[in-house]
Amino acid sequence: MNIAVLQFPGSNCDQDAFQLFASGLGLPTRFVWHKETGLGEADLVVVPGGFAYGDYLRCGAIARFSPVMGAVREYAEKGGLVLGICNGFQILCEAGMLPGALIRNSSLEYRCLTCDLVVEDAGAAFNPRTLGKRIRLPIGHGEGNYRIDEAGKARLEANHQILLRYLDNPNGSLDGIAGVRNEAGNVFGMMPHPDRAFERFHPSTDGLAVARAVLSVRFPEVIRKTA
Amino acid sequence: MKRASLAPNPDPVLNQPITPELVKKHGLLPDEYEQIRRHLGGDPTLTELGIFSVMWSEHCSYKNTRPLLKGFPTEKRGATEHFGRVLVKAGEENAGIIDVGDGWAIAFKIESHNHPSAIEPFEGAATGVGGIIRDIFTMGARPVLLTNSLRFGELETPATRRLLRGVVAGIAHYGNCVGVPTVAGDVYFDRSYEGNPLVNALCLGTLRHEQIRRGKATGLGNPVYYVGAATGRDGLGGASFASKELSAESASDRPAVQKGDPFMEKLLIEACLEMMAVPGLVVGIQDMGAAGLTCSTCETASRGGAGIEIELDRVPQREPGMNSYEIMLSESQERMLVIVEKGREREIEEVFAKWDLHASHVGSVTDTGRMVVRQHGVVVADIPASALTDNAPVYQREARRPAYLDATSGWTPEGDALPDLDLGGARAALARLLAHPTIAAKRWITRQYDHMVQHGTVVVPGSDAGVVRLRLGSSEKFIAISNDCNGRYCYLNPRRGAQIAMVECLRNLVCAGATPLAMTDNLNFGNPYKPETFYQLKECVAGLAEACRFFDVPVVGGNVSLYNESPEGAIDPTPTVSIVGFIESEAHVTRQFAREAGASVILLGGAPTELGGSQFLGLIHGRKTGDAPEVDFAAEQRLQGLLLAQIKAGRVRSAHDLSEGGLLVCASEMLFGPEQLGASLDLCALPAPRLDALLFGESQGRVMVSVAPADAALVVRAAAEAGVPADAVGSVTAGDALTVKTARGTLEWSVSGLRAGWESSIEGAMKRPGIG
Repeated sequence: MNIAVLQFPGSNCDQDAFQLFASGLGLPTRFVWHKETGLGEADLVVVPGGFAYGDYLRCGAIARFSPVMGAVREYAEKGGLVLGICNGFQILCEAGMLPGALIRNSSLEYRCLTCDLVVEDAGAAFNPRTLGKRIRLPIGHGEGNYRIDEAGKARLEANHQILLRYLDNPNGSLDGIAGVRNEAGNVFGMMPHPDRAFERFHPSTDGLAVARAVLSVRFPEVIRKTA
Repeated sequence: MKRASLAPNPDPVLNQPITPELVKKHGLLPDEYEQIRRHLGGDPTLTELGIFSVMWSEHCSYKNTRPLLKGFPTEKRGATEHFGRVLVKAGEENAGIIDVGDGWAIAFKIESHNHPSAIEPFEGAATGVGGIIRDIFTMGARPVLLTNSLRFGELETPATRRLLRGVVAGIAHYGNCVGVPTVAGDVYFDRSYEGNPLVNALCLGTLRHEQIRRGKATGLGNPVYYVGAATGRDGLGGASFASKELSAESASDRPAVQKGDPFMEKLLIEACLEMMAVPGLVVGIQDMGAAGLTCSTCETASRGGAGIEIELDRVPQREPGMNSYEIMLSESQERMLVIVEKGREREIEEVFAKWDLHASHVGSVTDTGRMVVRQHGVVVADIPASALTDNAPVYQREARRPAYLDATSGWTPEGDALPDLDLGGARAALARLLAHPTIAAKRWITRQYDHMVQHGTVVVPGSDAGVVRLRLGSSEKFIAISNDCNGRYCYLNPRRGAQIAMVECLRNLVCAGATPLAMTDNLNFGNPYKPETFYQLKECVAGLAEACRFFDVPVVGGNVSLYNESPEGAIDPTPTVSIVGFIESEAHVTRQFAREAGASVILLGGAPTELGGSQFLGLIHGRKTGDAPEVDFAAEQRLQGLLLAQIKAGRVRSAHDLSEGGLLVCASEMLFGPEQLGASLDLCALPAPRLDALLFGESQGRVMVSVAPADAALVVRAAAEAGVPADAVGSVTAGDALTVKTARGTLEWSVSGLRAGWESSIEGAMKRPGIG
């Protein structure tokens, strides 16, 4: 197993994502600098949270042009697993690798708090049976208000692409959508932070279950080995 | 008298003769100007005048406070070879550093950005955060947490709401983007801060002992680099601006407020830490904060006992046509000065190229002891570096005890014919106190700060102290941090008020399960040229110094902010204290919230008896008077020793100290945690000459703990042995009722009702418009 965590200028949850996999799950994990054009051998690519390029334009709008994103797209097209967390989710949406867009929170303010999330049935790996009906994960973002057009939403629902919904919507997201996957089921994105929910003293350790669920899409044995 | 050594500057602006008006405009006294002439051997150039004006401002030189600050202890008596040694002392560098064992250390410091925030709250607060972060990583430390200490006028006024909104958004904008969690803070709302809010920001970083870097220029011929953002015209003369009173014209000083770029700062942190990790590359490093390029060059030269020469044509500039005066005085943000080993230029340039940042070779270290600045081939400044730093003027200001103290210190409720509370009054008073913004929930503020990034936050904002897990190599350590200062106490009794700030901060740390280690302070006062203000300053510093020595808490750094006055007058003296404590084991981490029904509630320290300076007196009776509550260091030490021992023995389920609002506010806050709980208290056995003083007085040295019923007798016995008054006053209950039995009858509230008022107060107020 080999986890690759991307680093953009302005990534600031890169260490958090790294530790979720390295110390939380005990898996070999490494960083990949945004100027790289290849990913090397990777079983999962994590696009971490932060403020890539400062997010002064639209979140993720510049990061998607980083050299490494070409490699990520190619990797995903071949079926490779990708997980975008927070800013990483925004980048994947901007890159067109996930449907929808994230706009400013309806409060127009940043929100840092812990949310109760309803787990949706999003396939064999990610569903209430593998994760439980509810999980608790922290959020920390100013632009997490998920939007998609009617036709897009209908497709999300028909294909079981919605991963998580907020129980108490903190940002105005359409139908409380907190995370989605692509149609093929190998690219995942979510605003909540599994990388802030894996240590004893965190608000929960549900981040470990989320990380395992994503990995188990390709590596079903992961759930057994690290549980 | 023109100096022979300096050729005339072809630029007529820079070449203008220095008139007394020009000297005055630069905030320099005629006598100070004569000193400048003696240092230079003739008249300064305009650029030199500007350089002296910022370096001799209070903000950079501490000219009015340096003698006072010498009273602070800078070493820890109880330090061992392996823990607690002060490795870099206060005043030596950008931040102090203290040994935390296993070869690791922490650097931390607090700094104010009051004046910029009064004029431009968003950018003022944002750049305050940026500046303090640079002070930490310039020492070689990785920033791991932020806190802030804020003071505003009453939230009733639209101007205050505008300031609060802007300051909080500014702190959030910067701290969140740069990726350092804001884990604690304190906020007070009081009329004395109307028009002159206080924004004090603290940063703490971690580093290995061998990673400590200093702001020293040494080694003849070593190259001097300018790294980070380009220089613009923003923040011109910010240090001088911070050293005068705010007035109606201050808005026109807006160009003196800088604009921050947290993304640039994030890159600068990573690039600088990467550069500093290269063995032997960096000789010295200093951030360009107040007084920018000026301060960083002359201070590094002065500390290194060397000289420095720089060429301004090589300084990256944001706009064309900037003259030497502007470049030297600019306070553009996110810039650093780095001195590297000669011959290793390529190594520093490669690191900064990786991060797409400027690294410009602007000059070199000399052995002349002088700071020499050239632009377009002309020397624009040539000054002995020590004249700007060590030889800056120092003043002993006149202190006079303010007349108001005679009236306030002799105040008694009886003399004032203040009726005691009846039950109805007590019932209403608690709800009103809990809804006052100073006491009310700060969630509207803290939810805007990322307090979880870096995944080490153990206790989030809202308890007595923030607690963070530090990952130090392969080991982990837990630290607690708290900021405290009740300006009202300092107004009523400066010496004691400052001591209360300190003992309360210590108590907050102990309540979290921590052993206090070291302190940083931010002295916020009015104009020191007013003898009454200087008296407050002098007394507060003396009080703090006494407390620091008694509790063996060294001051490892800090900041002085004077001239905090608006047309309405000076702020209440506010010597903000921030102390870092260590928690031996994660199991000792304690929060203020009751955890389960059935737990026994014990009041440690005895019944409160004083009303002076209380929130109750201010809010319910409209009085800011009385003496500040008494402070008894020995009793405080016994209390804190006992509490820590009981926490370590695993007997304390929750601990919360009595502070603003007194006993009932403390009891309520104990119930405002994640669990829905009530409490049933019986205070009949406590001596209570006055009900208001018992319920809402702010006597110091009191803590309310909840313990398992089986442990209650053990805790009370241990307290008796330690000489600490302990009263079992009731228990935590499963219902929604807070019931308090007093000698005058029984009081009852719905906890959810109290909580609703406490939670919605600030949020509700902020839904109303602010102006600006």
